[in-house]
Amino acid sequence: MTSLRRQIGDFTRLRYRRRKALSGWMTFCLTVSACAAAGGLLGVFGYVVWKAVPHFSVSFFTGLPQPVGEPGGGMLNALLGSLFMVALGTGIGVPWGMAAGVYLSEYGRGRLAVWVRFAADMLSSVPSIVTGLFIYVLIVRPMHRFSGFAGALALSVILIPIVARNTEELLKLVPQHIREAGLALGIPRWRVILSIVLRGSRGGLTTGIILGVARISGETAPLLFTALNNRLLSLKWDQPMASLPVQIYTYAISPFEDWNVQAWVGAFVLVLFVFLLNTVTRWVMK
Amino acid sequence: MKKVQRLLILSSICFSGLASTATLIHGAGATFPYPLYSKWFTDFQKVNPDVQINYQSIGSGGGIRQFTDRTIDFGATDTPMTDEQIKKVGEPMLHVPTAIGSVVLSFNLPGVKTLKLTGELIAGIFLGEITQWEDPRLKAINPDLSAKGSILVIHRSDGSGTTGVFTDYLSKVSTPWKDKVGAGTAVNWPVGLGGKGNEGVAGLIKQTPQSIGYIEYVYAKTNGLSVAQVKNKRGEFVEPTLKSLTAAALSEISQMPKDYRLSLTQASGKGSYPISAFTYLLIRQDMSKSNKGQGLVAFLKWALSEGQSRAQTLEYAPLPPALIKRLEATLQTIKVVP
Amino acid sequence: MRQLKKDVRFADRFFLACVRFLALAVIVLLLGMGFFLWDASGTALKSISFFTFLTTSAWDPVRDVYGALPVVYGTLISSFLSLFIAFPLSVGVALFLNELAPPFLAKVLGFLVEMLAAIPSVVYGLWGVFVLVPWLRTEVQPLLIQKLGFLPMFQGPAYGVGMMAAGCVLSLMVLPTISSVSREVFRAIPENQREAALALGATRWEMMKLALLRSSRSGLFAAFMLGLGRALGETMAVTMVIGNRAQIVSSLLAPAQTMASVIANEYAEATSDVHLSALALVGLLLFGITFVTNAVARLFIWRLK
Repeated sequence: MTSLRRQIGDFTRLRYRRRKALSGWMTFCLTVSACAAAGGLLGVFGYVVWKAVPHFSVSFFTGLPQPVGEPGGGMLNALLGSLFMVALGTGIGVPWGMAAGVYLSEYGRGRLAVWVRFAADMLSSVPSIVTGLFIYVLIVRPMHRFSGFAGALALSVILIPIVARNTEELLKLVPQHIREAGLALGIPRWRVILSIVLRGSRGGLTTGIILGVARISGETAPLLFTALNNRLLSLKWDQPMASLPVQIYTYAISPFEDWNVQAWVGAFVLVLFVFLLNTVTRWVMK
Repeated sequence: MKKVQRLLILSSICFSGLASTATLIHGAGATFPYPLYSKWFTDFQKVNPDVQINYQSIGSGGGIRQFTDRTIDFGATDTPMTDEQIKKVGEPMLHVPTAIGSVVLSFNLPGVKTLKLTGELIAGIFLGEITQWEDPRLKAINPDLSAKGSILVIHRSDGSGTTGVFTDYLSKVSTPWKDKVGAGTAVNWPVGLGGKGNEGVAGLIKQTPQSIGYIEYVYAKTNGLSVAQVKNKRGEFVEPTLKSLTAAALSEISQMPKDYRLSLTQASGKGSYPISAFTYLLIRQDMSKSNKGQGLVAFLKWALSEGQSRAQTLEYAPLPPALIKRLEATLQTIKVVP
Repeated sequence: MRQLKKDVRFADRFFLACVRFLALAVIVLLLGMGFFLWDASGTALKSISFFTFLTTSAWDPVRDVYGALPVVYGTLISSFLSLFIAFPLSVGVALFLNELAPPFLAKVLGFLVEMLAAIPSVVYGLWGVFVLVPWLRTEVQPLLIQKLGFLPMFQGPAYGVGMMAAGCVLSLMVLPTISSVSREVFRAIPENQREAALALGATRWEMMKLALLRSSRSGLFAAFMLGLGRALGETMAVTMVIGNRAQIVSSLLAPAQTMASVIANEYAEATSDVHLSALALVGLLLFGITFVTNAVARLFIWRLK
């Protein structure tokens, strides 16, 4: 009897030890996976920094692309082109997206709102290359021209759903009684929405917009056959326009060492810009 | 919000100040002559600052397509357009040859500097029939070849004049190739990796030991890639040089048709490199609707005179003088703003 | 006074009309996208039926014959390969950050993982071309061929670029998506479930298994689908490392082509009308596939809420 009890005791103890060991092992695995993921980021980012920093120079920001085989030059055209298209894309996408977001949170109770919400969600998951294709068929072919405008439009299509959903989420957080207080003062509804509700969640809206901007400034695929590229410094809206991501792509797959180097520096600038936007807004808006 | 507005206004002022008043001409197409064109356009802009030419090397297929769709002012291609393609343009147009280039078989075999190839061997490799570097058929003409292992074939993934020239050549020298694959700017490749543009293929060759691919010569030259000698129509193994390119052009020039569409592959002349081609700009005959025509014609005249000497420094062979004379007369027929 | 009221009502109506118009325009945008792609693929659909297009594998611009099977295959395999790597890893990351890590560490690591999503695709491609591909070619793939060469997955020469490289890059890119959704899912589980499991004598791992993983299956499924949606449509990084060759082979070492990368490679360059519209059809197909994937994921997420 006693031996049997001891046997059971041994058995449960053994089981327990095994369970404990398994738990420890799994804990270890989870730790490793988290470290691997973070390491992935540091690996990519670190390598970009390591490759780019030795070649980092002022001429990158002030020079224009050189013909093949001549060293030096920079990406001024691409930097300004990106700035132009992202600014224009933001100019179109933000008001549009915010209006849709306002509609969803302030008026959106019917069946229409469900569909708008669904469409926004679906739009935000459309592959960016498909967006580029769409703008090519819609704008580039009828206009008979690749243009910075088409590129900006493609970027804005990506931005709209991001801003719309973010606006909706944020405005829903604004307590109902604030709206009621405004309305009770006799302020028209549209003023309540614009000057009280929207203004109240300024911080969050800005964060959302900036994160959206960070996202579109790294997009390459939608620009490939909308803005194309431009060797020259041109900021005319109806002409082909260079952009940093497309330039990085062109230079990255090229066999020329000068160009590969420029691709690394470009990638460094792009990543730094995106990271800065991300970290600074998160830090400031907290 | 006001700050944002102010920022927008400020930046738009900056931008408008930067946009220059020069005539902007947009072209796109072949990657084959891109090193030459990028040099030409930069140099031309120095002598002629009123005309700025933007050229994007998206591939000959793209050049033809975008030229037909009128999304660009001029196109560029290495394989002349077919009659059917010309019909689609819907207006009179010109092929203007600008230089002669070569498609080379470039390989990445550590320790191997020279390689001799025949048309059948090249077709065999690109058909996937010869898969190993130690294949006896390769050994037969390269007795000292020390390379071993799989042959990694690299080709173009986009529509390309380089592919057009290369497959035109292979269709001439190999019946199996002609039957199975054929000639065109984009074909259904039996084996291999695809790279985008001459740039992409050269990049892949450079990065991949045991690989072989076809690229325009200057891409091999500037990257220090080894280049194979190819057997020509007369049975000589020829390296692509300015001399062997010029030889190819001179032996075929007598057959140059009125519209300049002429294939130079498998040229019959002594010492001529078998995979060479004219590279063309595609120009609309009637350019009188905007002042771009003037700029473009000025550039073409410059390219046919001054530009030719610069071609040699980039390993493109200049056009024969007789051809340049004919071309200059042709340029007169382009309608521009008076 | 009445006039003022009228003005106010008009302004309100006008405002509502404006925002409703722009909200409707979002739907129109989505429908328009589908319509224009369908319209652009008309020429291709005239010469081949959609079914043939989907089930044949020739992609031959010389003969103007197009079949999308290899690119669909490439897209699916590269995406599932990436999820095969990234899904367990991401769930692990989420569990570690939510349940195990001390708050400070969780914050720092969580931030780093989120930043993975911020790196532009083209930078992943650049890194893939110059770091991952050479490493795969010289270190990983020869080893796989040597040890596991008897499997059809690991046969053929070590190109470096190919399905495996694409899968690896993609897994880095979908990891933040899956892990952040999983974290949300785990966070939604009430604390007392965890306590109950622990009180019954469960070890830490058993607690996670019983209280978290088992009860959040549908949430994790949604995370999986969202990750899949992202992987399916990813373009630049994949285009740069997958080798751009439309073929169906069992080996993961071989080059392949995805729907997104075939469009990126050939759309601006296609010469014939049929080729161009076949590419638009591929775009429409990709649009449809990601649409369904994401719709399923959203459905699950909405049901959770």
